[in-house]
Amino acid sequence: MSVRRLAENQPDSFDFTPENKAWLDKQIAKYPDGRQASAVVPALWQAQKQNNYWLPQKAIEKVAEILGMPKIRVLEVATFYTMFNLEPVGKYYIQLCGTTPCMLCGSDDLIKVLERRVGPQRKVTADGLFSWLEVECLGACCNAPMVQINDDFYEDLTPQNFEKLLDDLAAGRAVKVGSQTGRVSSEPAGKLTSLTSLYGAK
Amino acid sequence: MLSDSDRIFTNLYGLGDRSLSGAKKRGQWDNTKALLALGREKIIEEVKASGLRGRGGAGFSTGMKWSFMPKEIDPQRPHYLVINADESEPGTCKDREIMRNDPHTLVEGAMIASFAMGAHACYIYVRGEFIAEREALQAAVDEAYAANLIGKNNSHGYPFDLYVHHGAGAYICGEETALIESLEGKKGMPRLKPPFPANVGLYGCPTTVNNVESIAVVPTILRRGAAWFAGIGRPNNAGTKLFCISGHVNTPCNIEEAMSISFRELIDAHCGGVRGGWDNLLAVIPGGSSVRCLPAHEIIDCPMDFDSLSKLGSGLGTAAVIVMDKSTDIIRAIARLSYFYKHESCGQCTPCREGTGWMWRVMQRMVEGRAQKKEIDMLFDVSKQIEGHTICALGDAAAWPVQGLITHFRDVIEQRIDQYTANPHSDPVRVAAE
Repeated sequence: MSVRRLAENQPDSFDFTPENKAWLDKQIAKYPDGRQASAVVPALWQAQKQNNYWLPQKAIEKVAEILGMPKIRVLEVATFYTMFNLEPVGKYYIQLCGTTPCMLCGSDDLIKVLERRVGPQRKVTADGLFSWLEVECLGACCNAPMVQINDDFYEDLTPQNFEKLLDDLAAGRAVKVGSQTGRVSSEPAGKLTSLTSLYGAK
Repeated sequence: MLSDSDRIFTNLYGLGDRSLSGAKKRGQWDNTKALLALGREKIIEEVKASGLRGRGGAGFSTGMKWSFMPKEIDPQRPHYLVINADESEPGTCKDREIMRNDPHTLVEGAMIASFAMGAHACYIYVRGEFIAEREALQAAVDEAYAANLIGKNNSHGYPFDLYVHHGAGAYICGEETALIESLEGKKGMPRLKPPFPANVGLYGCPTTVNNVESIAVVPTILRRGAAWFAGIGRPNNAGTKLFCISGHVNTPCNIEEAMSISFRELIDAHCGGVRGGWDNLLAVIPGGSSVRCLPAHEIIDCPMDFDSLSKLGSGLGTAAVIVMDKSTDIIRAIARLSYFYKHESCGQCTPCREGTGWMWRVMQRMVEGRAQKKEIDMLFDVSKQIEGHTICALGDAAAWPVQGLITHFRDVIEQRIDQYTANPHSDPVRVAAE
């Protein structure tokens, strides 16, 4: 278990934008009548996205109000699920996978890069651009080591291509999502060993 | 080695067209109506006869699981199919490829499986971090709706709605009852069983929870016949399987192979061998982080299937093969898993909540060697106190890696302790609180 608390400095109010409210109504419609609480995770997630990737207390209360749930139930959910950031994060929020498969493939070296460039975990850089957190397995183990930055996975990292990725992000240059070594997805690097009758040996 | 003609996931790597028209060219959605015409019972029988065992880790017969659903449908309590796409087991990354590259295998499978169980609604619970995968899957679902393949009045004549739902980063939600709790909008804390979900599941209604891969292989099994699927692999371990090979191999990859392929052949054929050659192999975790690791000499020629691996005291689990060469600090590799389980324990049962943290703290000291040798047995004993004493299997999953380490690599732990004690240190080694 991890202990997670709400941030000390909280905004005074939160409300969904009309687009997000309409989106949320569509989510609620996925569930049977009276089961609108099922939409709590998608609702909190959308609130977080609207609020620069972190979830203030007022948003939690707003979701409770919309879904007709007691506030404490929504607070429980917000503190239980680790993707809800309860404090502000950088514009580029880096989640580094440090679990064993990534560790075996060199995530320690990526951690050193982050400690040097961004600083300690959970601390947003002075320019507001970056913050980072070591997280548990993100499920891209055949492309280890990897990080998730905001919504996207960046895979097959080395300290060199990771530094370049951070440079590009900091400079506002376009970056390539996914493998940084040119793999399409999780096929063996170099040449295919299966499905060659359909796609050739590459 | 499996030939391409026997592979189910023909767009596993996303090299082909991912859209509905591409999927149709690869044979999906081909006369699905005829498959449904087999009838509920016949479909379940075929799936049973195929020998398909659940691909989510436990390896329970999928057809058998389906048959637990009530035969009569109470209109007050509709049936549900819930597909577990909360793929979070360290080492596992197969369902991700199905969802983003070959999603129509899953959408069609969901339709057929729901029909077989009398469910008119199906929820796919995708782990929160898989945002691109969720969008790809949603796009496939939208395509299927637009083509009237699924929906209230679809061309197959069986009303069926498919919804994509997502979590927000909790490993425990991969446990079926925790997943149901989460889908109901609560914390993902596993429920006591019985009652089993087939009787009281989602919203208190009969529910079956299946892994993505288990569902996605069903249309092909029905098209090609149970005998085809059952003919691959050794008896009781039938079919093709997606293996996720990570760690110290030359080319880590996902690969669909025949069940019961030997470890050596799997790695040589698809991963370019072990980094530094076979003599450099130290240990393998053959089925995702929750199973016991095996030393090189035990695994090298072992068939990769449920029964062979469980005979060795390990398991096939999700077939996430984590390979470790001799450069690995095996104690640290397992200690990192202990941290994982400490982080992911839901906190509901005391043995797990307290035990996972305790094991991690002791493991941390063992990484340094800052421990006493009698603590090795104590650690093993405590892991046995956790195993089997919790509501769900997370307690077991946390205990097994530690047990595997002690069983196979006790000498490494002892050596580390000897090294530490041979050097002067300012703080005395304390024994863990009992």
